[in-house]
Amino acid sequence: MTFNLRLIPLLPFLGAAILMLFGRKWKRDTVLLVAAGAIAGSCLVAVDAFFTALPAAASKGGLHDVVGTWMAAGSLKIDLALRLDALSGLLCLIITFIGFLIHIYSSGYMEHDPDYPRFFAYLNLFCGAMLVLVLGDSLPVMFIGWEGVGLCSYLLIGFWYSSSANADAGKKAFITNRIGDLGFLIGMFLLYQFTGSLNIPEITAAASGGGALMQTLFPGTIFAAPVAFWAALFLFIGATGKSAQIPLYVWLPDAMAGPTPVSALIHAATMVTAGVYMVARMHALYLLTPGAMAIVACVGALTALFAAIIGFAQNDFKKVLAYSTISQLGFMFAGVGTANFGAGVFHLFTHAFFKAGLFLCAGSVMHAMGGSGDITIMGGLRKKLPFTHGVFLVCWLAICGVPFFSGFFSKDSIISGAFGTEIFGEGLLWVGKAVGVVLMLAALGTAFYMSRLYFLVFTGSETRASDEIKHHIHESPGAMVGPLVVLAVGAALGGFIGLPGGLLDHPEWNLLADRLAPVLGPEMEVSRSIELGFMVASVVLALGGIGLAYLFYGGGYREPSRKFAAAAPRFVRLVQDKFRIDELYGLLIIRPIKRLAKGVFFVVDRILIDKILVEGSGAIVGVLARMARAVQGGDVQRYMAVFAIGAAGIVYLATRPSVPDVLKVTVSGLSVDVDARRGSKPASRVQDYSFDFDDDGKPEVTGAAPAAHHAYPRAGTYTVRVQVKDPNWGTSTSLKQKVEVR
Amino acid sequence: MPTTYYIVLSFVLFLIGTAGVLVRRNALIALMGIELQLNGGNLAMLAFSRELGDLKGHVFAFFIIALAAAEAAVGLAILVALFRGRQTVNLDEATLLKR
Amino acid sequence: MGLLGWVTMLPLFGAALVLLVPQEEESIHRGLGLLTAIVTFVVSLLVLTGFDAAQAGFQMEVNRSWIAPLGIRFHLGVDGISLWLVLLTTFLIPVTLLSPQAIGIRNIRVREFTAAMLILETGMIGAFLALDLFVFYVFWELMLIPMYFIIGIWGGERRFYAAIKFVIYTLVGSLLMLVAILYLYAQFHAATGGYSFDYAQLSHLTLPATPQLLCFAAFALAFAIKVPIFPLHTWLPDAHVEAPTGGSVILAGVMLKFGAYGFLRFALPMFPLAAAQAAPLIAILAVIGIVYGALMAYVQDDAKKLVAYSSVSHLGFVVLGILTLNPTGIQGAVYQMLAHGISTGGLFLGVGLLYDRRHSRKLADFGGLWAKTPVFAACLLVIVLASVGLPGLCGFVGEFLVLIGTFTAQKLWAPAGLSGYFPAPKLMAGIAASAVIISAMYLLGMYQRLMFGPLDKPENRAVRDIHGAETWVFGIVVTVAIVMGLAPQPILARSEKSVDAFVASYRDRLQEARRAPDAPAHIYPPLPAAAPEAGGTP
Repeated sequence: MTFNLRLIPLLPFLGAAILMLFGRKWKRDTVLLVAAGAIAGSCLVAVDAFFTALPAAASKGGLHDVVGTWMAAGSLKIDLALRLDALSGLLCLIITFIGFLIHIYSSGYMEHDPDYPRFFAYLNLFCGAMLVLVLGDSLPVMFIGWEGVGLCSYLLIGFWYSSSANADAGKKAFITNRIGDLGFLIGMFLLYQFTGSLNIPEITAAASGGGALMQTLFPGTIFAAPVAFWAALFLFIGATGKSAQIPLYVWLPDAMAGPTPVSALIHAATMVTAGVYMVARMHALYLLTPGAMAIVACVGALTALFAAIIGFAQNDFKKVLAYSTISQLGFMFAGVGTANFGAGVFHLFTHAFFKAGLFLCAGSVMHAMGGSGDITIMGGLRKKLPFTHGVFLVCWLAICGVPFFSGFFSKDSIISGAFGTEIFGEGLLWVGKAVGVVLMLAALGTAFYMSRLYFLVFTGSETRASDEIKHHIHESPGAMVGPLVVLAVGAALGGFIGLPGGLLDHPEWNLLADRLAPVLGPEMEVSRSIELGFMVASVVLALGGIGLAYLFYGGGYREPSRKFAAAAPRFVRLVQDKFRIDELYGLLIIRPIKRLAKGVFFVVDRILIDKILVEGSGAIVGVLARMARAVQGGDVQRYMAVFAIGAAGIVYLATRPSVPDVLKVTVSGLSVDVDARRGSKPASRVQDYSFDFDDDGKPEVTGAAPAAHHAYPRAGTYTVRVQVKDPNWGTSTSLKQKVEVR
Repeated sequence: MPTTYYIVLSFVLFLIGTAGVLVRRNALIALMGIELQLNGGNLAMLAFSRELGDLKGHVFAFFIIALAAAEAAVGLAILVALFRGRQTVNLDEATLLKR
Repeated sequence: MGLLGWVTMLPLFGAALVLLVPQEEESIHRGLGLLTAIVTFVVSLLVLTGFDAAQAGFQMEVNRSWIAPLGIRFHLGVDGISLWLVLLTTFLIPVTLLSPQAIGIRNIRVREFTAAMLILETGMIGAFLALDLFVFYVFWELMLIPMYFIIGIWGGERRFYAAIKFVIYTLVGSLLMLVAILYLYAQFHAATGGYSFDYAQLSHLTLPATPQLLCFAAFALAFAIKVPIFPLHTWLPDAHVEAPTGGSVILAGVMLKFGAYGFLRFALPMFPLAAAQAAPLIAILAVIGIVYGALMAYVQDDAKKLVAYSSVSHLGFVVLGILTLNPTGIQGAVYQMLAHGISTGGLFLGVGLLYDRRHSRKLADFGGLWAKTPVFAACLLVIVLASVGLPGLCGFVGEFLVLIGTFTAQKLWAPAGLSGYFPAPKLMAGIAASAVIISAMYLLGMYQRLMFGPLDKPENRAVRDIHGAETWVFGIVVTVAIVMGLAPQPILARSEKSVDAFVASYRDRLQEARRAPDAPAHIYPPLPAAAPEAGGTP
C-alpha cells in the first residue's frame, strides 16, 4: 500500500535547509518555530501512518513509497523507496516524538548560544537522516541515513568547534563509524552478489528461501562459511560502529563533548540504536546463520558487562551515562543475537525514554552547576533541583530494572530469552546460557553504577562544590523541565506496552509483540518457569546493586568506597582510565599507520619514485646534453660551417652509386653468377655496370644490367671486380671479391 | 648561351655567398652573403625554367625574392636590436645561443 | 560546422577575441572570457537536449575531409560517455573563470590567462569528441601547451620545475602513443589497402598478439600517466600544487579524466586481448593507487598537496571501475569521473580561496576559521563530504558502483567463459573500500585544521567570508554536488546504452582475438558497408 511516507523525512530536511539558508538572520523564536514545527509535522504524519494506515497494510508488507529510481547501472537498480511497517513505524514514532521533546528542551538549554540557528538546523538534519535510515526500503537508502546520522553526529559533537578537543571527538566518532561502514558496505556487496538485489524485502525473501545465501564462501580455506554468515557478520561490524559495541565503542564516551540535548537524542535514544534496528530489520538473514547470531549475542553481552564495569569508576556525569548507553546497547544486541528480536526492540523503546530522560537530567544538573559535570563536586541536589531529581529518580529506577518501571520488563525479557533461546542449536546451547549469565552480571553492574551516580549527585546533606557554584544552583526553566516530565512518564509506564503476556495468560496484552509479529515473527516462547525465575532473579540483582551502591555511596562517599579505593588503587585507576583501550588502539593501529604512511611518503614517493626514477632519468639526459653542449659554442657561423659540411656529406652519400655491401656470387662448376644489386628489389636507379671477372682491367661484361654470368676456362682462384657508375652524377665505385672455382 | 653557364654562375654566386656567411665577422656582410646565396638559387631556378620551358621556376623565383626581402627586414631588425643591446655587430661576440 | 564543431571551436574564437582586446582592459578580458565560456556551456546543453539516450553509438557526428591525401578527417561525435565529460568541461571552465581566485596570487596577464583557459577548453572538448585518431592526437597535444603556460607563468614558487615535469611526463606517454597510432595506420593500410585514422575503422583492426600488446602498452602508458596510475603519479602533486587555482581545478577536474577516458575509448576496445592480459596488473596498480594516494594524502601538511594526493586515490577508483569490464563498474567509473571533477574542483577552489586570503597553504597556519567565514565553511564542508563519499552527495554514487562492480566482477564474467580474468575481486574491492576510512581521516582532518579549533593566529582574524562572485562559484558547485548525489539517474541513464554496447563489443572482440591470437592484422567485426572513401597515398 502506498502512503506519502516521504513527507516524514522531508519535513525535517526542509526545516534544516531553510534554517541553514536563512536562519542566521532570524529571531530565535522563529528558528524554534520552524525547527520544532518541522519535526512536529513529521511526527504527526508518522502517527497518522502508524495508527491509521498501517493496521490495514500490516500483513502486506506495510506502507510503501517509491520516490524514484536513485541509480541503475548494469543489473543493479536501486530505488529511492521508503517502507513503514511496525518496526520502522515504531522507530519513527520514537525519533519524531523524542526528537520533538528535545527540540523543546534545547530551546532552553541553548538559549544563550550565538549559534542557535545552526544547532537547530543540525538537529533537524539529524532527524531527517535518522528517519531515512529507519524508513529506507533498501540497504543503500538505509545507508544514506546511516552515514547521514554519522555526519550529524560529527557536526553536533564538534558543535562548539573552537575547542580542538570537541572537534577531535567529532572526527573520532566519524572515523570509527566509517570503519564500521566499511563492514556495512562489504555486507551489502555480498548480499547483492548472491541475491541480486539490495532491497530489504527481496533479501528477506531470498533468505527465507535459504538457497543462494547458504552457498559456501571461500571453500577450502579457514574462512569457509556460508555467504549468510559473512554477510551477517560484516553488517554487524557496521552495527558495532554505529551502536558503539566492542571493539568500536571508543568514540561514544568522547562524543559527550557535544551539547547535552545532542547526547540525549543522538547518543542515547536514536542514532546509536541504529545497529540494533538494522539487525532486527535483517532478521531473516541472521536467522540463517547461528554462528553470526552467536557472535552478535556474545559481543552484545560482553559489551554490556565491560561498559558497566568502566561505568563504576567514571567521575563525569555524562561519561557514566555514555558507558551506560554502551552497556544497554549491549543488552539490545544480546536480545537480537539470541533471536529475541522483539525484546531487543522493546528494550530499544524503553531505553529511548529513560536514557533520554537521564541525559536531559544531566543537562539540567550541569546547567545548574555552571556547566561542570564532575560528580565528585555534586551531592545533595535533591532539594535544590526537585523536578530534575524526580525525573532522574524515575529513570534511575527504570534503568535498574525495579519492577513495573519500563526497564524491568524489557531487560527481563532479554535475559530470560537468552536462557530460553534455541537458535544456536544443539552444540551451542551453552552460548545462550553464558550470554544470560553475563547479562545478569551486567544488570547487577548497571544497578550499581547508576545508583552510585544517583547517590553521589542527589543525596547527602550538602554539595561538595565551591561556594560560588553552590550559590548559582537553580532549577532549569520550564522549556527544559517540561520535556523531562514527559520522558519520565514514558520511562515509568513505557514497559506496559510489552507486558509479558504469555506469563499472564493474555498474550494479547503484549501490544508491542502483537504489532511487531508481522515483521519479526511471533514472540519468542519462553517457558513460564524460566521467565518467572529470571524475573525474580533480576529483581534481586537490581535491588542488590542498589543496596551495594548505598553501602558505598549513600549520601556521599562512604567508608567502604574509600577502603576499596585504597585497597586496590591500581585497579581503580585502570578502570578510571577505561582499561586504556584508546591508548592501546593508538599504539597498535593509529600510530603504525601514520608512521607507515610518513615513511612511505618519504622513502617511496619522494626518494624512490621522484628522486631516483624520475629525476634520475632526467639527470641521465642532462649528462648527455652537457656532453653534447661541448660542440655548441653559440657561434652561428660555426653552426653554419657544420651545416655546410653535413650538407656536402649528404650530397656525397646520395650521389654515390647504389651498391651492395658484399657482392652476391653464386658458383656452379666453373661458371659464376655475380649480382650487384642492393637488396632484392629491382633497382630504381639507372647505373652502368662493368664486370671484370679476372681483375685484369678488361671487363668481360658491361651494360645496365646489375647481374652477369661468366664461365672460367679453368679452376682456380680469381678476383672479381665490379665497377658501378652513375651516369647522372658521374660518380663511380668498385667492389671486388675473391672467387674460387673448381 | 648554354644553360650550363648560368648554372655555373649560380653555383659560384652561391659559394661566394656561403663563404661570406661563414668567414666574415661582420653581421651585415654575413647578411649580404645570405642574399647572394638566395640570388644564386634564383638564378638557377630561372635557368632551369628557361631550359625546361616551364614557368614554375619563375614563380618560385618571385617567392624567393619576397622571402629574401622579408628575411632582410627581419635580419636587419635583429641587427639593430643587437647593436642597441651590445654596441657591436661582430658575430663572434653575439654568442647568446650558448646559454 | 555542426553543433559539436561549434562547441569545440567557440572557446578558440573567444580566445582570439580576448587576445585582440588591449592589455589594460582586464575587466573586459574577464567578461569576454566568461561570456564565451557560458555560451559554450549553453551550446553544450543543446548537445545534451539533442542527445538520444536510447542510442548506443555516436551521435551528431561531424565528418569532413581535412587532409585528404593522408585519409585524415575532421571527425567528431558524441556518445553517452563523452557527452558527460564534455559537459563537465564546459561547466567547470565558466565556474573557474567566474572565480576571482582562478588566476592565483600572481595576478598578472589576465588577458593571456583567459585566452589560455579558453584554448585549453577547445583542446579538451576536441579530445573528448574526436573520432579520428589524428584529430584526437592534435587536440590531446593542444591541451598540453596552455596548461604548460598556466603552470609556468601563473604558478607558485617552483612553477618552472612543475611545468617542465608535467610536460615531459605527458609527452613521454603521448609520443609513444603517436608511434602506436602511426603503426595502426600502417597496419590498417596493409589489411585493407585504405588509409584512415578514423576511429570507427581503426577500432575494427585486430592485431596479432605481440604487436597488440606493444601498442596497448604505448597507449596505456600515455593514459596511465595522465590518470595517473601509481607509480606514475609524482608529476601530479607538483603540478597541482604549483598551478594557480584555475589550473588546478581544470587539471584535476577534467584533464586527469583523459587517462581514464582513453582507456575506455581507445586502449581497451582497440586492443582487447592485450587489455585482458594486462588488466590484472593495472587493476592491482589501481588498488594500490587508491590506498597509496589516500595514505599519502593523510600525511600531507600542505592543503593543496593533500587534495592532489586525494585525486590519485579517487582516480584509482575510476581505473578499477573500468577494468571490471562490467556495466556496473564502468557506469560507476564514468560517474566517479564527473563527481571527482565537481568535488575535487571544489576543493581546489576552496583551498585556492584560502591561499588568496592568507598566502599560505600550510594547514598549521589555519584554524578556527569557521567563526570568520561561516558561509564558506559550510560550502567547503559539503564539498569535503562529497569527496569523502557521503551518500547523498556526488562522491558516493561512483565509488559505490565501482566497488559493487569490482566485487561482483568474477560472477558477471564467468558466463562468458572468461573466469579468472579478474584477480580476487572480493579482496580487491575490500582493500579499495578501505579508502572510505582513510579518506574520512585525511579530509576531515584537513577540514578540522582549517575550520575548527581556536582562532589563535592573528592573521586569520582578518580573513573575509566569501562574497559576490565567490558566493556564486561555491553555491553552484555545492548545488551540483548535492543534486548529483541525490539524482544520479538522469546521468546514468544517458550513458547506460553506450556502456552496455562497449561491454558487449569488448567481449565479442576479445573472443575473436582469443580465437586466433596470432592471425595477421585483420578487420573484425566487418566494417559497415558504406565505409567512407579511403584516402590516396600517404
